Amino acid sequence: MSILVTPNTKVLVQGITGSFGAKHAQLSIDYGTHIVAGVTPGKGGQFFEHAGVKVPIFDTVADAVKQTGATASAVFVPPPFAADAILEGADAGLELVVAITEGIPVRDMVRVKRAFQGNTKTRLIGPNCPGVVTPGEGKDSHGGCRIGIAPGYIHKKGHIGVVSRSGTLTYEAVWQLTSRGVGQSTCVGIGGDPVNGTSHLDVIKLFTADPDTRGIIMIGEIGGSAEEEAAEWIKANCQKPVAGFIAGATAPPGRRMGHAGAIVSGGKGTAEAKIAAFKAAGIGIAVTPSEMADTLLKMM
Amino acid sequence: MNIHEYQAKQLLAKYGVAVSLEIPAKSLAEVRPAAEKIVASGSSRVVVKSQIHAGGRGKGTFKSGFQGGVKVTASVDEAVAIAEKMLGQVLVTKQTGPDGRLVQTLLLAAGAKIKQEFYLAVLLDRANSRPLIMASTEGGMDIEEVAEKHPEKIFKEHIDPAVGIMPYQARKIAAALGLKGDLFNAATKLVTGVYTTWWETDAAMVELNPLAVVELADGKETVLALDAKISLDDNALYRHKDIQEMRDLNEEAPLEIEASKFNLNYIKLDGSIACLVNGAGLAMATMDIIQHFGGNPANFLDVGGGASKEQVTAAFKIILSDPHVKGILVNIFGGIMDCNVIATGIVAAVKETGLKLPLVVRLEGNNVAAGKKTLAESGVAIITGDSMADAAKKVVAAVGK
Repeated sequence: MSILVTPNTKVLVQGITGSFGAKHAQLSIDYGTHIVAGVTPGKGGQFFEHAGVKVPIFDTVADAVKQTGATASAVFVPPPFAADAILEGADAGLELVVAITEGIPVRDMVRVKRAFQGNTKTRLIGPNCPGVVTPGEGKDSHGGCRIGIAPGYIHKKGHIGVVSRSGTLTYEAVWQLTSRGVGQSTCVGIGGDPVNGTSHLDVIKLFTADPDTRGIIMIGEIGGSAEEEAAEWIKANCQKPVAGFIAGATAPPGRRMGHAGAIVSGGKGTAEAKIAAFKAAGIGIAVTPSEMADTLLKMM
Repeated sequence: MNIHEYQAKQLLAKYGVAVSLEIPAKSLAEVRPAAEKIVASGSSRVVVKSQIHAGGRGKGTFKSGFQGGVKVTASVDEAVAIAEKMLGQVLVTKQTGPDGRLVQTLLLAAGAKIKQEFYLAVLLDRANSRPLIMASTEGGMDIEEVAEKHPEKIFKEHIDPAVGIMPYQARKIAAALGLKGDLFNAATKLVTGVYTTWWETDAAMVELNPLAVVELADGKETVLALDAKISLDDNALYRHKDIQEMRDLNEEAPLEIEASKFNLNYIKLDGSIACLVNGAGLAMATMDIIQHFGGNPANFLDVGGGASKEQVTAAFKIILSDPHVKGILVNIFGGIMDCNVIATGIVAAVKETGLKLPLVVRLEGNNVAAGKKTLAESGVAIITGDSMADAAKKVVAAVGK
C-alpha cells in the first residue's frame, strides 16, 4: 500500500489548459498516472490530448467527478483564482485536492482553511507544494501516481515515506534513497506557505498507520512550529525509525527565505529549537542535507 | 512589503483608528508649515520622527554623530533645527545594521502627554491558521521580552475568519487593558479598527507599540496609536494598488531589487561564498552545508524551477557585484529541467562575466551526464562536486586558499 494515492487513483487537473498545468499533466501521463479529466471553465467539451491519451475537459469539477469518477485533483490555477478552485474541488466531494499554485494570498488560505473545518471527506495538500508521488512498479518507477510537479523517474517503489515542505529538497532526499537502491512508499510535499492544508504531523500519522511504510524521512524548515508538533507526537506514538533534517540554520531572523512560511520571527521557529525537538523525540538528525538517506538507513 | 510609520497610520485612520495630528515632510521646506500647523492645533510640543523601515529609531545614532532619530521639540524653530540634522542623513539603529538607512521623510506629530502605554498587534496564528489579536499592558517595551518573562501579561484573542471580529471580542481586550468609561469605549472602537485594517489590507502584521492613553490640550484623555508598523503580504499586493504605491525602493537592497527583475529570489548575507540554487528549501540547505564545512554563505539565491540562461547570467552578475564574494557554489537538482541546458547556461554566464573566482558546480538529475560533459569540455575552470557535501567541501577549500 501507500498513503493518499495509489497507482490506480483517478486524477483530474484543474487548470489543465494553462501552460504550467498542461506541461505537468503531460509529464504525469508519461509517468503512467491516470489523468482522467481536466477542468477549465469555458472549455468544457474540448479535449486535452497527449501521447495518444485523450483527456476530456469539463467546465466544473462537479461535472468532471460525475463523468469520470476522479477522486483526486491537482490545482494549477493562478493565485487569484486558486482559493476558489480548491473549494470547488472540496464541494465536488474529491478525497484529495493538491494545490500546486504558488503565491496565494494568506487571507485567501485562512478562509479556505476555515471552510475546510468539519470537512472529513476532502484532504487538502499545499498550496505552494511539489505534490504527491506514489511510485509505480515499472522502469524508473513508471506506472505510479504523480500529482504535481515532482520528477517521476527519481523515485523507486519501496517502503520509505518522505515528507517535506520544499520541492527540490524532497527530490534530493528521494534521489539519495533511490541511488542507494531504497524505494519509497509515498513522497509528500506539504508546501512552504504559512497556512497549508496538511501538516507534517498529518502525514506522519498516515505513514505510521501504513503497514507498507517502514521508515520515514521528515524534512523541515525554519518558521512556525509544525515540526515540533510532529516530533512531540512521534515521541509518544510512532515506533518506526524517523530521520530528519531542518533547513535554514544559517538564515538571518526576520528575513523570509523564499517560502512565505520560512521566516524566523520573534525568536520563534529557529532551526535550533526544531533540531532540539527532533532529538528529544528520538528522530535521527541529518547533520547535513547530504546525509538524509544515510541517517535513516543507519537506523533501520 | 514593509511601509513607513506615516503610511501605516494613513491606512489605520482609513479604518477608524484614532491617530494624533501628524504630517509627513519630505523636505525642509515642508517642515516649517507642518510644525506650524501642529502648534496651531494647540499642541505645545512637536515630535520629529525619522521615517525608516527599522525599529530602535529613538535610540539610534546618525552617521553625522547626532543622537536620536525621534526628538520632542518645544517650538517650530526647534523642530526645524532638529529636522535639518535628520533629513538626508543616515540613521543607524540596532535593527538597521552598520550601514544604516537614509532618512528621506520625517513625520511631524503633536506631542502627546502620555498617561499609559499599551501594546496591540494583529497577526496570523500559524498553529490554527486564524487571526490573532495580542494585547499587553506592557507598552513601549520589547514585546518579545515581555512574552518570555511575563507571558501572563499578554492577552490573546483569536478571530473566527468566517465571522470577523465581534464587538464583545474588542471589549474583552479593552477590559484586559484595564480601561474604563469613555476610554473603554474608545479602545473598543480602536481595536475593531486595527483588526479591520489587518484584514482589509491583507497585512501580515499590524503592530501598535505603543498604543497610548494621552491627555489632550483640553485635559481630556483619549486612546491613540502613537507608533504603528504594518507589514503586508506580498502575494496579495496585486489587489491593493494604493498600497503598492507606498513601496519605498530606497528601503530595499539594490541587488535584491535587481534580482527581482529576473524573478530571482536573492537575499544578501555577510559571508564570502556565494550560492546559486534552484528551490528555496535546497537554497537554505546549501547555505547550511557551506557553514557546516567551515565557510560562510554570501547570499540566499533561489533561481526557481526554470533557470534559463538569462536568469543564470543575471544571477552571476548579481553575485559578482558583491565585493565580499570569494567563491561560488552552484547547486542544481534538475528534476524536470535538463541539466545540459543549465550547464550550457553556466558556461555562457562564466564567459560573459569573465569570472575569475573559483566556481564549484554540483549538478544532479535529468540528463546529468550530458550536463557534466558540457562543463568538462567548456574550457572554463569549473570544479565539479559529486554530492552537496563534496561540492561544499570543495568550495570552502578553494576559498580558504
